[in-house]
Amino acid sequence: MSTQIPKQTEESTETETEPASKGDERRAEKRRRAAERREQRQEEEAEKAAADESTVELKVFRYDPQVEGKQEPRFDTFHVPFTKGMTVLDALMYARDTYDSSLTFRHSCRQAVCGSDAMFVNGGQKLACKTQISDLEEPVRVEPLPHAEVTKDLVVDMEHFYDQMEAVEPYFQTNEYPDGELEEQRQDRENREKIKMSTRCIWCGACMSSCNIAAGDNEYLGPAAINKAYRFAMDEREGEEMKQKRLEIIEQEHGVWRCQTQFSCTEVCPKDIPLTEHIQELKREAVKNNLKFW
Amino acid sequence: MYEHDVVVVGAGGAGLRAAIAAQEAGADVAMVSKLHPVRSHTGAAEGGINAALRDADSWEDHAYDTMKGSDYLGDAPAVEALCQESPEEVIRLEHWGMPFSREDDGRVSQRPFGGLSFPRTTYAGAETGHQMLHTMYEQVVKRGITVYDEWHVMDLAVTDEDDPAERTCHGVVAYDIQSGEISGFQANDGVILATGGMGQVFDHTTNAVANTGDGVAMAYRAGVPMEDMEFIQFHPTTLPSTGVLISEGVRGEGGILYNSEGERFMFEHGYANNAGELASRDVVSRAELTEVNEGRGIEDEYVHLDMRHLGEERILDRLENILHLAEDFEGADGLTEPMPVKPGQHYAMGGIETNEFGETVIDGLYAAGECACASVHGANRLGGNALPELIVFGKRAGRHAAGEEMGEAEIETGRSGDWQPADYEFGVEVGETGGSGPAAADGGAVATDADSVLGAAVDRAQERVEELLSRKGRNHAEIRSAVQETMTANVNVFREEGRLEETLEDLREAREAYKDVAVSDPSRTFNTDLIHTIETRNILDIAEALTMGALAREEFRGAHWRKEHQERKDEDWLKHTLISWNDGEPELWYKPVVLEGENKTYEPKSRSY
Ligand SMILES: Cc1cc2nc3c(=O)[nH]c(=O)nc-3n(C[C@H](O)[C@H](O)[C@H](O)COP(=O)(O)OP(=O)(O)OC[C@H]3O[C@@H](n4cnc5c(N)ncnc54)[C@H](O)[C@@H]3O)c2cc1C
Ligand code: SF4
Ligand code: FES
Repeated sequence: MSTQIPKQTEESTETETEPASKGDERRAEKRRRAAERREQRQEEEAEKAAADESTVELKVFRYDPQVEGKQEPRFDTFHVPFTKGMTVLDALMYARDTYDSSLTFRHSCRQAVCGSDAMFVNGGQKLACKTQISDLEEPVRVEPLPHAEVTKDLVVDMEHFYDQMEAVEPYFQTNEYPDGELEEQRQDRENREKIKMSTRCIWCGACMSSCNIAAGDNEYLGPAAINKAYRFAMDEREGEEMKQKRLEIIEQEHGVWRCQTQFSCTEVCPKDIPLTEHIQELKREAVKNNLKFW
Repeated sequence: MYEHDVVVVGAGGAGLRAAIAAQEAGADVAMVSKLHPVRSHTGAAEGGINAALRDADSWEDHAYDTMKGSDYLGDAPAVEALCQESPEEVIRLEHWGMPFSREDDGRVSQRPFGGLSFPRTTYAGAETGHQMLHTMYEQVVKRGITVYDEWHVMDLAVTDEDDPAERTCHGVVAYDIQSGEISGFQANDGVILATGGMGQVFDHTTNAVANTGDGVAMAYRAGVPMEDMEFIQFHPTTLPSTGVLISEGVRGEGGILYNSEGERFMFEHGYANNAGELASRDVVSRAELTEVNEGRGIEDEYVHLDMRHLGEERILDRLENILHLAEDFEGADGLTEPMPVKPGQHYAMGGIETNEFGETVIDGLYAAGECACASVHGANRLGGNALPELIVFGKRAGRHAAGEEMGEAEIETGRSGDWQPADYEFGVEVGETGGSGPAAADGGAVATDADSVLGAAVDRAQERVEELLSRKGRNHAEIRSAVQETMTANVNVFREEGRLEETLEDLREAREAYKDVAVSDPSRTFNTDLIHTIETRNILDIAEALTMGALAREEFRGAHWRKEHQERKDEDWLKHTLISWNDGEPELWYKPVVLEGENKTYEPKSRSY
């Protein structure tokens, strides 16, 4: 995937003047040996690289408000040699490292847990690191998440998403702790099972981006934040009183009742969280509690 | 310029815990992180977190296992602190709502892990780190702790006395990735580095792309030694194509390793007749590579890890995440076929030299988590011991930085105790980092007040960024990948003198190349080209220290295997490697290991599993 550094210091190794001392001699000899081995390795690698590969065509959205020539959004085309198991993220990294180092996208874990590389790939919200090139039609179109402000290229502003997440008081709250510092709060296996899927959210923002309601109503909490509320509301350790309080939060005007069960969030969630189902269940809980109906 | 009592750099497990502790101790705390907290790599941890929670278990047993696992290179005061405090810290996480897996009686579940004499690895499915990271971030939100996310810390603002032990850290300089602004963050009480691992030094790693060892390199440039850098953990079960980790939990639950002849080689070839697949990680990694080298690998590259016999129910209950990883990243269905695995870089046992309170030799500078070396893991870390390290030492560093009295430290830092210089002659000249500006502590007359020290550090960073953006030159990517390739080829599980020398030579070339590095993206918005260029310098420093330490340590201990030296040599080598940055070059020296614990001394025994 990469080029070797041109061997620019090689020459100085070879034209070295007579070693002055034993130590220098030993060093010079070690260096010579090292240079030989390195050369051999480079040759082997060059042979490997010469083996023929097919290429993938990527069409990538480009935009940078600060750089002349990029202020007008456009698509750039990159041809990337295909390797087995290549993901959209691999292809983007190759394009960046080989052709255009200004190509910008967020990424880190490359294993679907940090949630930083959600993008719009061939018309769907996806994690680039989890999406195999071999599963896609060519050319592969890569765009930033829709319904979010583009910062640059594939990077979008996540502030609004974070704000919505924080609006639901996303932290555990209880008044009942067991006696003793080393005693845990017991939780039933079934209860943990019930909240398990909801705790898997990696804050990627794909669901929010896919949601028509969120697109039209900036204040709508959105599927991820409601799922976060679900995670706590359904956790038996918080207790009934707290659950009541949580239902009030998601019952507000721009809460659960905005959801029109279009399932787009559930479809795109890379962690397979049954978002729509969770929202529906909260609606039912709210009705049971006889709370407001917006 | 921003000002807080305590500034925590990094918002993974260690940083979050440190910030919460410092705030509870009364400090005004801010976290500065190049990633939003929930994107930190702690989220990738799978298997679990060790804590002696049960009556049948004890912190003493945990400490014994850890010292043995470390091949007697752990410092007992740090190891004992880890094992004494992890139970209360794990239960605290539970009290904060962390969704651990549960037993029938509602208590948290524990599972066996390699090298442990009791099944004390507490877990949340195969996504323990994710749950832990989110649970702690939730607490940070609850407490309203200030978070500056997507700010890349470039350097420390440290005074420049000749002796690092007399220097003071006044804060950090950071670059706002969103806006391109460079700013100083003054820390009145202390800076805590919690910047995580350095897996990007290698090209086959379980680590995130952001794990470039920034904190270690920053501290190093400011005069703090790097400790035991040669001890790198290679995890035996990573997916061959990407390095994505298949948790040790799979073997903990009963997963079996097979070679191409269908042999259960851990037993059949005598690598670990007692513990088999659950021998410690260095042992299993070497066994796998030996199988491959002797022609019993699959496709000459990997071996098989089979969990099919565990049954669908158990797999779904405890290892569901593994099914997804194997399917998404390797196209293997763990329910119906064995998964291909091979060793990959996983964890840095070494790092910033600290004592058991997270203090470094520089006043006001702390480190915790994977970037630090206290040292609890010595020559080999036991699985499940990194996550408790984050919370125990994160908490300790946070409290100490916030001014809480914590007693006298037993581990000495810097050249205060019985240190000794190394007498090893490297075949290659090392150091000489061109084109990256002076170290944080250099810079003319000694300024001592926070304002001028920070001002000078900000100016230096500013100049460096302008220089990188304005000139023409090489791209960092080729330099970075050259480093990663030579490290993976030569400083891996098996190490031999000639190839280590070769790597030092390659690294010297890479340093030469780095003198001409330039950033071609002119933008001030989200300039990842610039960030990666700055990170590459850190990768270079770390790769070099690691290789130097590995060459000089002429013995076989823990994860550090040497072809020419096939035994542990306690007489000469019960000591930590330290590398300090002095006047433009690295200097190697040693200090003794502390084997005396609270009530007992851990006598080195041979390590068999
Ligand atoms: C795949 C995997 C699985 C693991 N499983 C286990 C397990 O089961 N049990 C166990 O005990 N251990 C496990 N480990 C080890 C453990 O997870 C790590 O050692 C630990 O999470 C590191 O935490 P940390 O807080 O030190 O760093 P991280 O979580 O990596 O956080 C580093 C932070 O520093 C920030 N940062 C870095 N550089 C800069 C900079 N220049 N400026 C500003 N911010 C910066 C980052 O943004 C990030 O917030 C695993 C590790 C991996 C890779
Ligand atoms: S719910 Fe799913 S799609 Fe939405 S942010 Fe969380 S992980 Fe992403
Ligand atoms: S890179 Fe972390 S989710 Fe894709």
